[in-house]
Amino acid sequence: MKKKLLCITLTLALALGLSACGGGNGGNAGGNNGGNAGGGNAGGSNADGNISGAAFKLGGTGPLTGGAATYGIAARNGAQIAVDEINAMGGIQFELRYEDDAHDPEKAVNAYNVLKDWGMQLSLGSVTSKPAEATSVMNMEDRIFALTPSASSEATTQGKDNVFQMCFTDPGQGAKSAEYISDKSLGSKIAIIWKNDDVYSKGIHDTFTARAAELQLEIVSDTTFADGNDKDFSVQLTNAKDNDADLVFLPMYYEPASLILSQANSMSYAPKFFGVDGMDGILAQPGFDTSLAEGVMLLTPFNADSTDERTAAFVAKYQQQFNEIPNQFAADAYDCVYAFKMALENASATPDMSNEDLCSLMMTQFTSMTLEGITGDGAGITWETSGAVSKSPKGMVIQNGAYVGLD
Amino acid sequence: MTFLSYLINGLSLGSIYAIIALGYTMVYGIAKMLNFAHGDVIMVGAYICFYAVSAYQLPPPVGILLAMVVCTVLGMVIERLAYKPLRQATSLAVLITAIGVSYFLQNSALLLWSSTTKIFPNFFVIPRGAETSTGFSLFDGQLNISYVTVVTVLACLVIMLALTWFTGNTRMGKAMRACSEDKGAAQLMGINVDTTISVTFAIGSALAAIAGVLLCSAYPTLSPTTGSMPGIKAFTAAVFGGIGSIPGALLGGLLLGVIEILAGAYIGTQLQNAVVFAVLIVVLLVKPAGLLGRQIREKV
Repeated sequence: MKKKLLCITLTLALALGLSACGGGNGGNAGGNNGGNAGGGNAGGSNADGNISGAAFKLGGTGPLTGGAATYGIAARNGAQIAVDEINAMGGIQFELRYEDDAHDPEKAVNAYNVLKDWGMQLSLGSVTSKPAEATSVMNMEDRIFALTPSASSEATTQGKDNVFQMCFTDPGQGAKSAEYISDKSLGSKIAIIWKNDDVYSKGIHDTFTARAAELQLEIVSDTTFADGNDKDFSVQLTNAKDNDADLVFLPMYYEPASLILSQANSMSYAPKFFGVDGMDGILAQPGFDTSLAEGVMLLTPFNADSTDERTAAFVAKYQQQFNEIPNQFAADAYDCVYAFKMALENASATPDMSNEDLCSLMMTQFTSMTLEGITGDGAGITWETSGAVSKSPKGMVIQNGAYVGLD
Repeated sequence: MTFLSYLINGLSLGSIYAIIALGYTMVYGIAKMLNFAHGDVIMVGAYICFYAVSAYQLPPPVGILLAMVVCTVLGMVIERLAYKPLRQATSLAVLITAIGVSYFLQNSALLLWSSTTKIFPNFFVIPRGAETSTGFSLFDGQLNISYVTVVTVLACLVIMLALTWFTGNTRMGKAMRACSEDKGAAQLMGINVDTTISVTFAIGSALAAIAGVLLCSAYPTLSPTTGSMPGIKAFTAAVFGGIGSIPGALLGGLLLGVIEILAGAYIGTQLQNAVVFAVLIVVLLVKPAGLLGRQIREKV
């Protein structure tokens, strides 16, 4: 009997472990429904926006609870600021509603259905990749046009003519990083540490190594980690150090990256560290010793310290309302709403149009217009018919605890 | 020398598993239930200590004590509300409840402290002039050992010895062993089973608070899910060493850490977890009760 019980428990333990992996970096399933908050905010922001028929109903899902909540909340807040600004201008009016998906594809589909019942005409897709891969299928079937701020996997847009992205695709980031490192001769011997149970990290890793080979960058160490052994990085760092790597590429989110930085410091290994957009947010962690991140470089579409007038205004507003410096998820969502505004104006769309009509209008507009946003540079933001965005990333370096532009 | 450095890293990771496993095995050994919420009590302990030290500027030892007190109370409340009503229920029902408590704690932590990762301060540093040193190095810097590792290994040994002495020599310890062997008979002999199990949970949860502080000092990111994966790994370690056996938890934890690091170093990081669990399966096939577990003959 006892042996049997032990068997059952072990199986359960394994199942728990696996489900934790399945959840990606979310790990846990947020039980309560914080999504209502988004709807509440939208209502309170502008009285005019509430009259149905007078405003475009804009919906999105994102992790507002759970391990990935930072991203979902940031995107919702960014979109909210844009909606408030646009509604205050008069003209086009939006009604924004965010539903919680806890970074879980099944919950995301439920959240999507809630939005559909609400009468969503335009969609901000999902914030994170795994849920977005599920909801984008629904967007395609229901002919509701989607522009996701931050779901970067290729599968999000693949085969769906009406799903567009505001962020770079994962492969795009990998290739861009390799080119950047090669152009600026940042390192001669490169080590990569990546997370092999994460599509985001793997996507960047694969294209990075492919592009690096073409550019004749030497990769001397290629090591991985996964959920469950994402605490101790001594093996990966020792491998990089023993192979004399002078640049370590970290295609991952900032939480493991901050552990890598602190462990490299304690073994007195000081190569250049190079991250991607997931690294954004590392400085915002309460209690983080920013000196550890000194000199860390990253490619990101958004620079909160930029002197650009619109960016500065956005950052100030965000700080005032939410007491935080906005990250690129917030900025991408902000740009998404403005992209919708521009496309709707160009197409002279009205809120009484059906989602099918809006969808076809949007598809024409998005492949022909150029948006000036707070992400991307002066050359503007354009989209390909595949739904992938084309904009230039900004190289940043962390100096004295702040991001500074590299160029 | 590289091997030695891997070995030290393995021991430092293993000592963290071991200290969590001690709490698991203690509760299992006596209450005969797997407290899957143990990993999350660890997380709560770490948060209490984090806020005590960073927000209220209390000295670290006070923070650790406070975390221990809060976790002890939390452990007893959980036992009272979630597990005690199920004393007569099947083990499976209790197990599922424990998983429920685990998710409850994680989501409460999310509401209370949000999902933003906190960086836990390292308490185990020695100020050296303007800089603080987090460890010492041997052989011209080829071998780095952090103070957290030393403290964790020592804490593991002290806790293991203390628990062994406690269960062997005190009245309460004897009552615990009696409950572990046969609850019904223990009750007939005048032992208050409820109190005994409550005390077991109190001790297990206090250990969780210490484990939380050490875990986060060694690996400083703290979020509501911090405890869950190390908790499952530590549970594996406890089974590896023989669940219910106190020295077994220490041995299992250290071995698991060393195997994990060596597998990553010499076989490949992609296979790290596969190797760890393959070793576990082999050990359980050869010794079903774990390395130091007692073989109990089943009467049919």
